[in-house]
Amino acid sequence: MIEALIQGLLLGGFYAILAAGLSLMFGVMRIINLAHGDLAIVGAFGVIALTERFGLSPWLALALVLPVMALIGIALQRWLFARTLRAGILLPLLVTFGLGAVLQNALYGVFGSEARSLGNALGDLAWASWELPGGIIVGQLPVIIFVIAVAVLAGLQLMLSFTRLGRAIRAAASDPEAAALCGVDATRVHRAAAAIAVALAGLAGALLAMQATVEPYGGPMLLIQAFEAVVIGGIGSLWGTLLGGVLLGVAQSLGALWSPQGFQLAGHLLFLAVLGARLWRQHRHQLGRPALPGWRHPRARKAVRA
Amino acid sequence: MNTPKQFGVAFAAVLLLACVPAFAGASVVDKLTTLFIYMLLATTWNLMAGYAGLVSVGQQAFFGLGGYFALRLVDGGLPAYPALLAGAVGAALMAWVMSFYVLRLKDGEFAIGTWVVAEVIRILVMLDPLIQGETGTSLIALNAVEPELRRSIGYWFALAALAGMALAMAVLLRSHVGTAAKAIGDDDEAAASLGVRVLRTRQAIHVLAAFGAALAGVAWLASAITFLPRTNFGVQWSVLMLFMVLVGGLRSGPGPYIGALLLFALQEFMGDFGAWYLAGLGAAAAGCALFLPQGLWGALSPRLVRLFTRPLVSPVSTPQERTAP
Repeated sequence: MIEALIQGLLLGGFYAILAAGLSLMFGVMRIINLAHGDLAIVGAFGVIALTERFGLSPWLALALVLPVMALIGIALQRWLFARTLRAGILLPLLVTFGLGAVLQNALYGVFGSEARSLGNALGDLAWASWELPGGIIVGQLPVIIFVIAVAVLAGLQLMLSFTRLGRAIRAAASDPEAAALCGVDATRVHRAAAAIAVALAGLAGALLAMQATVEPYGGPMLLIQAFEAVVIGGIGSLWGTLLGGVLLGVAQSLGALWSPQGFQLAGHLLFLAVLGARLWRQHRHQLGRPALPGWRHPRARKAVRA
Repeated sequence: MNTPKQFGVAFAAVLLLACVPAFAGASVVDKLTTLFIYMLLATTWNLMAGYAGLVSVGQQAFFGLGGYFALRLVDGGLPAYPALLAGAVGAALMAWVMSFYVLRLKDGEFAIGTWVVAEVIRILVMLDPLIQGETGTSLIALNAVEPELRRSIGYWFALAALAGMALAMAVLLRSHVGTAAKAIGDDDEAAASLGVRVLRTRQAIHVLAAFGAALAGVAWLASAITFLPRTNFGVQWSVLMLFMVLVGGLRSGPGPYIGALLLFALQEFMGDFGAWYLAGLGAAAAGCALFLPQGLWGALSPRLVRLFTRPLVSPVSTPQERTAP
């Protein structure tokens, strides 16, 4: 039970990286990239191909693949996503869904259907573990991945808070027109955001390949999980994404204790419940009532007393 | 063009198609059944995305649920063919229940929300001992029917489902629901502010589209007999629907039929390329969405109209023009 909780917590770091890219693209460009999971798988297969073909260390291969993923992001933004932005909400969904189908089947055509992993290339690290007091065993790799996740999110947060590009991204996300009036070049900001988002997807895919297996048709499931993490944690905050990822991972690990199918099922149900609660609160808010009958927000109660 | 004439032509075409099993070979009947199922899926997806502005990635939930309910009912003792129809009705009822939740989601949330719901339903169905998890099961009751007759019945079932759905959609879109749906498809918030009951209208369309997808699912089960949760609940059905509607023409009547015919032809001639063929379908759908927003029908119909209708004004200049200064 405690082991499952720790596993779920560590899994949350991976989901946070995956979800941060999706959240960034939605925040800046208002598009939900339905090919996000497939781009993660592309990154994973890129790292696998480099390690298998040239015998590179997975970490070096990852360092080589990330800039390429960023370039892919810029290219996609320039020639694909930018065209969809002008034409309403449906078009980006349709186009990115089509792109996802292209990526999945192209990967299948190139690499075949078998599930692959970086586990062998990692050597000892793949199964090394620490023993905590109380006989709880924690794998080293999941801990390293969680630390990477926190570091990446912290780096991203610092970049968004303190650099010129970060300010431009936040400005464009909160009010595109006002940002344009202040001299923020929307095209460049969009390309930068797409580059970061796709590179994050590639990083997440490679980390997944290290601790589990990846297969060409695995992208849609990753997209669903990333979206679930974003919604559970609340859109628009990196640390919320981490919280959402951790909650999703814990729910899945606990679900897996019940049944192998329970892993996915518990995550989906948590997502639907959080989304449902949010819809319910919105509905009550529109009626001008509190979320639960007979319940008042503490601040509202204070106001009544005053 | 007058509408009664169109209905008459369509009715005659359906009657003609119904006679096909009397003289055509087994493979022709099987292929036409598949084509009808594709057409059914395409028209229902077009109804959702084109007329109600609902991009769903979860229609496979109803495709699979129809089959699952039918299997459950047959297991409970109902004869096979009534069970298939009842299964589709059951899936439509589920769609009605679900609509209270999913229809409150917005655009992208709706797309992924319906997808997650479809996944949840698939997992729950796989937990049912009758389905045996990944292994799946088959509608053994249909083996009692003689193969030749079973093929014909499957064909008629798909044809009747397609014709019935086309009629139901025509009636729905000509009613006040259709007018409301057109307003919602243009801009749902503006429609709501003008007093259109957005949720009710979308509910009607969602349930009808789910019923169509479920009919396609049970027709598929009737001809394939096997039920594999990964196949019947697979997201690839949504990919195919997207392709057919986008390439054929979103928000047009004939577009989905053209898309289905094209998909069918591509599958006949290019299916051997496997994954690359499917990648091509995705690229074609995305390309059409970007560069040909009206689809093939939108690009072709003005030319067809020019070919087949006599111009109202004769192109020869009139005497008045000649005398004009």
